[in-house]
Amino acid sequence: MTDLPSADHQALLSIRDLRVNFGDTEVVHGVDLEVKAGERVAIVGQSGSGKSTVMSAILRLLPGSGHITGGSIVMDGFDLTQADDRAMRDVRGNRIGLVPQDPATNLNPSMKVGAQIGDALKAHGLRDRVSRKRRTIELMDEAGIPEPERRAGQFPHEFSGGMRQRILIAIALAREPQLIIADEPTSALDVTVQARILDHLQTLVDDHGTSLLFITHDLGVAADRTDRVAVMLDGRVVENGDPQEILRNPQHEYTRKLIAAAPSVSATEGVARVTARSQGVEKRGALEPILLVQDVVKDYKLRGQRGQTIRAVDHVSFKVQRGATTAVVGESGSGKSTLAKIALGLEQPSAGKVLINGRAFNDRAARKELRRCVQPVFQDPYGSLNPTFTIERLIDEPLRIFRMGDRTSRRTRVADLLDQVALPRNIAQRRAGELSGGQRQRVAIARALALDSELVILDEAVSALDVLVQHQILKLLRDLQEQLGLSYLFITHDLAVVRELAHHVVVMRRGQVVEEGGVEEVFTVPQHEYTTGLLDAIPGASLTAS
Amino acid sequence: MGRFLLTRLWQSAITLVLASIVIFLGIRLLPGDPATAMAGEDASPEQLAAVRAELGLDDPLFMQYMAYMGQVLTGDLGRSTMHGNPVIDMIGATLPVTLLLATYAMVIAVVFGLLLGVLAERQRGRWPEWFANGAALIGLSVPNFWLGIMAILTLAVGLSLFPASGYVPFRTDPLRALYHLTLPAIILGASVMAVIMRQTRASMLETMQADFVRTARAKGLSRIRVLLRYGLRNSLIVVVTIVGLQLGMLISGTVVTEQIFALPGFGRLILDAVFTRDYPVIQSAVLVVTFGYVVINLIVDVLYSVINPKIRVGGGR
Repeated sequence: MTDLPSADHQALLSIRDLRVNFGDTEVVHGVDLEVKAGERVAIVGQSGSGKSTVMSAILRLLPGSGHITGGSIVMDGFDLTQADDRAMRDVRGNRIGLVPQDPATNLNPSMKVGAQIGDALKAHGLRDRVSRKRRTIELMDEAGIPEPERRAGQFPHEFSGGMRQRILIAIALAREPQLIIADEPTSALDVTVQARILDHLQTLVDDHGTSLLFITHDLGVAADRTDRVAVMLDGRVVENGDPQEILRNPQHEYTRKLIAAAPSVSATEGVARVTARSQGVEKRGALEPILLVQDVVKDYKLRGQRGQTIRAVDHVSFKVQRGATTAVVGESGSGKSTLAKIALGLEQPSAGKVLINGRAFNDRAARKELRRCVQPVFQDPYGSLNPTFTIERLIDEPLRIFRMGDRTSRRTRVADLLDQVALPRNIAQRRAGELSGGQRQRVAIARALALDSELVILDEAVSALDVLVQHQILKLLRDLQEQLGLSYLFITHDLAVVRELAHHVVVMRRGQVVEEGGVEEVFTVPQHEYTTGLLDAIPGASLTAS
Repeated sequence: MGRFLLTRLWQSAITLVLASIVIFLGIRLLPGDPATAMAGEDASPEQLAAVRAELGLDDPLFMQYMAYMGQVLTGDLGRSTMHGNPVIDMIGATLPVTLLLATYAMVIAVVFGLLLGVLAERQRGRWPEWFANGAALIGLSVPNFWLGIMAILTLAVGLSLFPASGYVPFRTDPLRALYHLTLPAIILGASVMAVIMRQTRASMLETMQADFVRTARAKGLSRIRVLLRYGLRNSLIVVVTIVGLQLGMLISGTVVTEQIFALPGFGRLILDAVFTRDYPVIQSAVLVVTFGYVVINLIVDVLYSVINPKIRVGGGR
């Protein structure tokens, strides 16, 4: 079982011709991959490319009906595909540590974090309670968690996302494994937190001389942080080599597309595009702004604490010009989503005013009228479409609510809208469950356009999508803006995509606007250090350099 | 935690006061005059007036309620109109039987419900799942009384595994007491067990798919440890709620079960009191049951917060 064809002494992990099935369908078709001792390797690919399946196969933790049908995964001369559960238990945690993707769901909610780290130690023989506790605190400290003694006794929900990810890193490093597999470890976190966590993980890995297998959809991050990149598409490795080499001279067409779509690169082209368009906007935008936010304050009452309030939005003013895009950028907790709700008339500001076409959400009639002008597209295309409705029903719902047209005219309208968002007409009778993430987001956009709304509020509308799909949706949004003269309020945590769409940027932090200006000014000469921090945190510096 | 407990205790106290008012008014609103019921149909107006005065029925309702509560709080629940015994003694004699039966039934239901639920989830598509599902179906759909009679016919009379009826006080002989109560407890707990089994299976199915379960496996933990500390523990949150809700069903179920197995319990006391219109007994019995409900709910809430740290109001954060 250990034939070791190349007898490469340096290879810590050597995957040969790996094939994985789910049920009867093969999803990984003969993957070859090697990780040398101390080396950092990235697997890059979009969702469905099989990159996470490869990772699960290495740990032999394939979900559901997944199983390995062929090939070998050799680690230190030992074929993991042949190992029994007992042997695998010794490999997991002890020799391979896993840093999973989403810190919100990867910790046991009913167990103190110290105990969860301790569990990893206990599983591999550290029986003594006192030394286990000491080591746990050491690990938490190493992972950058302040006051580890106190915080070890807390539950996961008492930690922020970034802190939880640090706990997961501590768990992965607990037994000082030879290999760490990091599965998109920061894609669920804010940009600045992302950069800090990745830096920290890298330092720890380097200090211990651990090898790293880094799984990501972001070529920029991969290029920045690894020695070698393997690009996966449809269950195959299509390109494998030095990251700089791949960036300079991509061999496979898919890699070329990925590089072109990476926000950090296309941003440069984006600026040119946006500038070209701005001139047209200027002419149109001389009129009153479509959305005017003036000195808006929003306070929330704190539950359980009488009379205490928390200020989510603090004297914020900005405007969205007709036919243009204003981006509101900020991390979680900056108040940007509250602002979106206020602009949609779903929340009332505590003070200040919001005018749409010069009108406020004063009474019922005004609210009803204004809701026709403003429509949202939300972040999660899975959560925001009712799974029991057909696509047609989803798109024509606004028309039904406002009692517009009859059955036939609504049907025609839906067909037109599907054309506009470049979806085939025949999906009208299908349900959201049968569509991909990108298609669903197109449906959500079609729904937002159904009432000929002039202003669309895009609340993290592309954040949950793969790079390539994101690129396509952003292009669609730009095209629609040009054709229909739409105005966008684009709310995002991701500065990289801002450049592709926005004319005007508002940077928010803790409820306040810290910087505001044209997209070029903000990107080239940021005034506030927070903005500089956000810009620096955009991954893919090496991408732009090449 | 202390603050949470205090809040819940305060809420329970208010619930009890409100419930006592409802019970008090409910009895007054029943058709028929308690005085007539006590003194008999052909009592003279003078006798009726005497009974009324004795019972305090001439006072305003509020005064009556306060007097009644005063008695209840000092442990005086009045006397049975049928037997003349103090109600508190009758309850004292029957309640332990029912409490023992209900607790026993609950233990059986929880233990077997959890076991079968976990088994059904782990062995999906194999015979243990079919078995567990079958048992749940019987427990849920077959009426208690019929199940009880069948159990007596087969297990008690046919196979002589268990006694068909009768009761031994727990204090006299704990083992024999439990032995006598085993069959009634199984019958009483059957439907609750079925609900727990199904709930456990469903929530285990969900929890075992969770990301943190995979992460736990990736730490190198054994299957059994992952199952217990990561899977079952989180599934219990739902199960505890169900148990709390089902306890109510269990208490009403004792009325039937005690009748079938001829157990001298609280259920039978209530049933007899209703048949003989023994108002003081009904009133006090309902009050005791209400009290029991409130206490159980309190316990469930506290348990819930122990299992699910996010619930703790005022703690953490």
